[in-house]
Amino acid sequence: MRHVRAFGAFWWDFIVGDDWVVAAGVAAGLGLTAFLANRDIAAWWVLPLAVVAVLVVSLRRATRS
Amino acid sequence: MAHGIFLFFTTFLASGVEAVEALTIVLAVGVVRGWRSTLIGVGVAGLVLGVVVAVLGPALRLIPIGTLRLVVGALLLVFGLQWLRKAILRSSGYKALHDENAAFREEQEAAASATRVERAGMDWYSFTIAFKGVLLEGLEVVFIVVTFGAAQGRLPLAAAAAVAAVLAVAIVGVLVRAPLERVPENTIKFAVGLALTTFGIFWGGEGAGVSWPGSDLAILAILAFLAVVSFVLVRQLRRERIAALPAEAGA
Repeated sequence: MRHVRAFGAFWWDFIVGDDWVVAAGVAAGLGLTAFLANRDIAAWWVLPLAVVAVLVVSLRRATRS
Repeated sequence: MAHGIFLFFTTFLASGVEAVEALTIVLAVGVVRGWRSTLIGVGVAGLVLGVVVAVLGPALRLIPIGTLRLVVGALLLVFGLQWLRKAILRSSGYKALHDENAAFREEQEAAASATRVERAGMDWYSFTIAFKGVLLEGLEVVFIVVTFGAAQGRLPLAAAAAVAAVLAVAIVGVLVRAPLERVPENTIKFAVGLALTTFGIFWGGEGAGVSWPGSDLAILAILAFLAVVSFVLVRQLRRERIAALPAEAGA
């Protein structure tokens, strides 16, 4: 059980990294992009803006901690 | 052609900067405790990383290109943003720059104080530290190589760039026999973070169903946009940090 937990913790740390907001923001940005694109709405602008929003929020959290 | 050059340099730089960090660990352990077990650890870790590339690369080709680009885009975005975030924090002074000499000294002290346990002619401390160091520093590079290479159908080119970078760092490391402190790690990490995030946006968008205005030219526009945003964020954070200094000193 200890090894399974350590294995899970390693992959969580590897993918999610220092701030879970980054991974959550990327998932939300991609989800919104797919949602709009599948309804034939121009969605190319979503990811660049989502990335800026994620960066700003994550950097704020880091500088205030 | 432009994609290939971009792929090569991004993978080369990402691999190079991680190889510099792995070299620091390997050198420290090797110098203090001897080279045999250390180099065996490096070799086994290299073998494991090679197997991961050999297995994951062809496996990814079985995934439909749209889904592949969505997954690859998501991974590159997560990795790229982590690199970019750290580089911005370091450039603005909120996080200390990575000091290879300090890391080297710490590893040397730890290696000198660890008890020597020899079994089957191996110093298992040296083996484990070298193996872990190379494997952990290399795993992220492997993911970059595999995802970048698979999304463009150029896995051999991405792998060649990574091998070239590791060889270059290893050769310089053998020649100078010291940690490569003069490598501008943060600048390289900044560039790699920008490149990974750019391709993450582009492929992630394509995988999610986006048609980019200007087709491939959109990559350059995204890169320029991210570079400007990052520059502005560094300036803003640096200003805020400096503005907070007198208040902290007076408190």
